[in-house]
Amino acid sequence: MELLGQQILAGIATGAIYACMALAVVMIYQAIDHLNFAQGEMAMFSTFIAFQLMLWGLPYWIAFLLTLAVSFAGGVLIDRVVFKPIHDAPILSHVVVFIALLAILNSTAGFIWDFTVKSFPSPFGSAPLFGSSLISAHQAGMVGVTLLLLVFLFVFFRYTRIGLSMRAAAANPVSARLVGVRVGWMVALGWGMAAAIGAIAGILIAPVVFLEPNMMISILLYGFAGAVLGGLTSPAGAVLGGFLVGIVENLAGTFIPVIGGELKLPIALMLIVAVLVFKPSGLMGRTVVQRV
Amino acid sequence: MSALLEVKGLFAGYGGIPALHGLDFSLEEGGVTTLLGANGAGKTTTLRALCGMIHARGDATFAGKRLIGMQTEDIVRLGIAHVPEGRGTFTRMGVEENLQLGAMTRRNGGDIKQDIERVYDHFPRLRQRRMQQAGTLSGGEQQMLAIGRALMLRPRLMLLDEPSFGLAPLVVREMFDILGALNRAEKVSMLLVEQNASLALSLADTAYLLETGRIVTSGPAAQIREDEGVRRSYLGY
Repeated sequence: MELLGQQILAGIATGAIYACMALAVVMIYQAIDHLNFAQGEMAMFSTFIAFQLMLWGLPYWIAFLLTLAVSFAGGVLIDRVVFKPIHDAPILSHVVVFIALLAILNSTAGFIWDFTVKSFPSPFGSAPLFGSSLISAHQAGMVGVTLLLLVFLFVFFRYTRIGLSMRAAAANPVSARLVGVRVGWMVALGWGMAAAIGAIAGILIAPVVFLEPNMMISILLYGFAGAVLGGLTSPAGAVLGGFLVGIVENLAGTFIPVIGGELKLPIALMLIVAVLVFKPSGLMGRTVVQRV
Repeated sequence: MSALLEVKGLFAGYGGIPALHGLDFSLEEGGVTTLLGANGAGKTTTLRALCGMIHARGDATFAGKRLIGMQTEDIVRLGIAHVPEGRGTFTRMGVEENLQLGAMTRRNGGDIKQDIERVYDHFPRLRQRRMQQAGTLSGGEQQMLAIGRALMLRPRLMLLDEPSFGLAPLVVREMFDILGALNRAEKVSMLLVEQNASLALSLADTAYLLETGRIVTSGPAAQIREDEGVRRSYLGY
């Protein structure tokens, strides 16, 4: 029983990584209705920017904030330059561009910072939390930041006019335009926010998995799994899904002998498939109720 | 007095297929003008062209500003509220959120709160359902919500696309009574597109008859209503 509790705790710790990523995935999905395959590489690139800023001698939090600003601007720029022109293109064109973006960011990062694995500092320190070896101060910090981010997003979308405009632009662009919402800029804002959230995710993940251009590839898959499990339309669902994926992954790795460490990734994929088959809207995704 | 909306030689179409062949019409400040015609006559297209939803050529001047070539978002800011075909409800949002969205271009929060109450005074049914998801409203309630959303802009001109569509006769009557009251009380000018001609003519002061993208007859609503030939050929009663 104690082992179970410990494994759940450890699952929450890794789940925080996925939850962060899932949150960024959902942000873009809300804004443009597509899953952004380059999300992980965008986060990785942001993390390298933070790394570079600190290398130049900037203190951690200044580098952190500056990275968020640069990432936000970068997200807006990607939308304006790359995605706005192909706005009406079929979904396959989007997928191709996502993959191109992924490859470009990945190799550019490799070109600038090379592929050697680098360590990345944690603002919370890496000491074990309360003397427990299962969850470190950094992982607890991640859980905290993720939840804080979620509260911020909830308040932003629920109670601010710009949040309402963004939701309107995503739900019904034609009607949104007719009430004067600048839909194009709302989408760009969504990209910016997703890029900034991705940057936070990357910066928090890097101390755990170490910094290198390929650090996000499997994590993005877990992030997708979390987002799909929780419901692609719900930020809260995405976070819950991320934590659940972490927990399931840990429990399966511990209690089902054949799975062990090697088969953990397929569990994320199986989760995606299972959710899509049995409950496509996810745990907290909205099923649209509509009278006709 | 010069017209609030002056349209000259308006052309528009879908994917290279022309739907409007040079419309001329005008609308006085405070007036209700109706565009009548059968399915496919170009009524909805005219409204869409006026608020920049489709590409159009020609001249359309609203209070001295040229509308053609302007973005929809900017046209809204001039005070033109479009109640679109199909009502354009934000189905997943609450009733009150829908109304707030109508005032998205305005700044003063206190005024907006007051205006929401004013909309509820016009449509008490909406007040009862203020927290309900808008997609669960009945057709008539959604039409009320669409009109309420348009009012939240404090518009000078409302473009109404078939407000009677799909509603029960009693509800339609109620809707048009409210529209008439709004026109008188709030001095909102209206450009009304309708298939139900007798209803539209009871509200409007001026009418234009469209046929395949051209205006074939126009005049004061009372006169159009009495015109035997027009009535038989176009209005079907």
